[in-house]
Amino acid sequence: MTDTTSPAPTAPTAPTAPTSVWAGAWRLADYWAMVYRRTWKASVVSSFVTPLLYVLAMGVLLGGFIDGDPARLEGATSYLAFVVPGMLAAQTMTSVVGECTYPVMSAVKWHKTYFAMTTSPLSVPEVILANLGFVLARVALASVVFLAVTACFGVYVSWWGVLAALPVQLLLGLAFAAPVYAFTAGLMNETAFSLVFRLGMIPMFLFSGAFFPVANLDAPLEAVARATPLWHGVDLTRMLVLGELDPTTALVHVVYLAALAGLGWWWAVRRLTRRMVV
Amino acid sequence: MEAKLGESMIRAVGLRKRFGDFEAVRGIDVDVRRGESFGFLGPNGAGKSSTMRMVAAVSPVTEGELRILGMDPATDGPAIRARIGVCPQDDTVDTELSVRENLYIYGRYFGLPRKEVRARVDELLEFVQLTEKANAVVDDLSGGMKRRLTIARSLVNRPEILLLDEPTTGLDPQARHVVWERLFALKQQGVTLVLTTHYMDEAEQLTDRLVVMDKGLIVAEGSPLSLIAEHSTREVAELRFPVPPEGGSHAPMAAQVEDLADRVEVLPDRLLLYTDDGEECVAKVHERGLEPAATLVRRSSLEDVFLRLTGRTLVD
Repeated sequence: MTDTTSPAPTAPTAPTAPTSVWAGAWRLADYWAMVYRRTWKASVVSSFVTPLLYVLAMGVLLGGFIDGDPARLEGATSYLAFVVPGMLAAQTMTSVVGECTYPVMSAVKWHKTYFAMTTSPLSVPEVILANLGFVLARVALASVVFLAVTACFGVYVSWWGVLAALPVQLLLGLAFAAPVYAFTAGLMNETAFSLVFRLGMIPMFLFSGAFFPVANLDAPLEAVARATPLWHGVDLTRMLVLGELDPTTALVHVVYLAALAGLGWWWAVRRLTRRMVV
Repeated sequence: MEAKLGESMIRAVGLRKRFGDFEAVRGIDVDVRRGESFGFLGPNGAGKSSTMRMVAAVSPVTEGELRILGMDPATDGPAIRARIGVCPQDDTVDTELSVRENLYIYGRYFGLPRKEVRARVDELLEFVQLTEKANAVVDDLSGGMKRRLTIARSLVNRPEILLLDEPTTGLDPQARHVVWERLFALKQQGVTLVLTTHYMDEAEQLTDRLVVMDKGLIVAEGSPLSLIAEHSTREVAELRFPVPPEGGSHAPMAAQVEDLADRVEVLPDRLLLYTDDGEECVAKVHERGLEPAATLVRRSSLEDVFLRLTGRTLVD
């Protein structure tokens, strides 16, 4: 049998193993770009519009009933100025938790897209890094849009603080993304997600200082609120955009979030490796 | 052996795979040479897929030695995977992407430049006859087309070894023949093919040499013809009889013709007489006054070898 249409070897590039985890993850960039091109329309409302509706309802309309007393609003001169950085950080958390639950379960269990990736020269850490990179890219995009639109409300005091709030969202995003990703990577079915949402994400969203100062809580509850990762993210974001930065506190926030991200990364690699490399 | 060592594509010595208490592969030796077409034949649960996953450098070896292209999968997994192609049993193509997109992104995983991947994708679409479906979403493809897409994907890095885990399971006869024809074309190009199958005709069509696996062990090895010669007779005479009433058996009848064949197998509706001369055997059966409802003389097939070696009992 002769075959004229079969692939002919014309000075081809040799396929290679990636030289580093970063280089390997970068090979997945086109895949994730393709995923984004396919899904961005479905996510445009949740990523860009919903957070602004919250700002409108909570910050502008509800906030109209609240006195703009800086002493009681952690230095903000209006409730709107207080709630906007809180909303930014809370949006980072909710979008990241969403991205690291069902879609990750799908890639591991339902569509098995990860299994195709790891039959190529790519390995589990590269697959995780690329997925988390995609999640953080979406955080960056959503944060830029949010900061740009809310800047029109005239709520920001410190412009360098607004710029610094962007990398803070990436750090906060990773501090949530990596552990939630790790949790999902080892799950056999999706029923535990409702626990993540109802017992983790929603209470944090409501009580970790996004909508009111945690000092308003009773002392024991305030201690709980201050232990949550979202509070560290909210407080750091708020200090930056309000120009009230306390370097020591900021450092504690950064170290806390970085440690959570690091532990989450370690756990994610361990869990997904155990799941896939058998 | 030493002189041809460089030609060894896959070499396993005492290869084992355990999952907890269950030992799926219980010490096998395999040596696959460049350009060879090699088959793992066996019933479900024989350890074929576990072996393939170890060879594909995605599943760690529990015990024994394994070298793929001279490399150890424990330390050189990515480098091995860069040079082999894998066509898994279930199509792990992305069902939400188009045919072309699936091939393109997979090519990128191998570190190939975008332009080159695009050119290769066009060639591969042509090769597996999917050019017209290039922009179709995978969900809309038939089973045969999906399998051809998976095969095309496994070729995007121009692999030196192509691993195919049950390449035609679940396909209709037309689709199977298209896949076979494409695999044969690859074999002609010198690609080393390693496939698992439980279809005897597939093994006879595609492999130069095969091993029969059963319960994690290799129970026979050779070319399809040599296996038939070794484990079966040249021909088989099938004598069909009406199915006996409940509790009955054709065993008494088998006793009457036992001496006419090397081996007689009793099935509910027929007797199988393994013999070198089927026609003569049938004639002698008639001489003894037996009147089968129908007779059939056929060449022995790999299926006879397979059933002989692994039994007729259903394995799940």
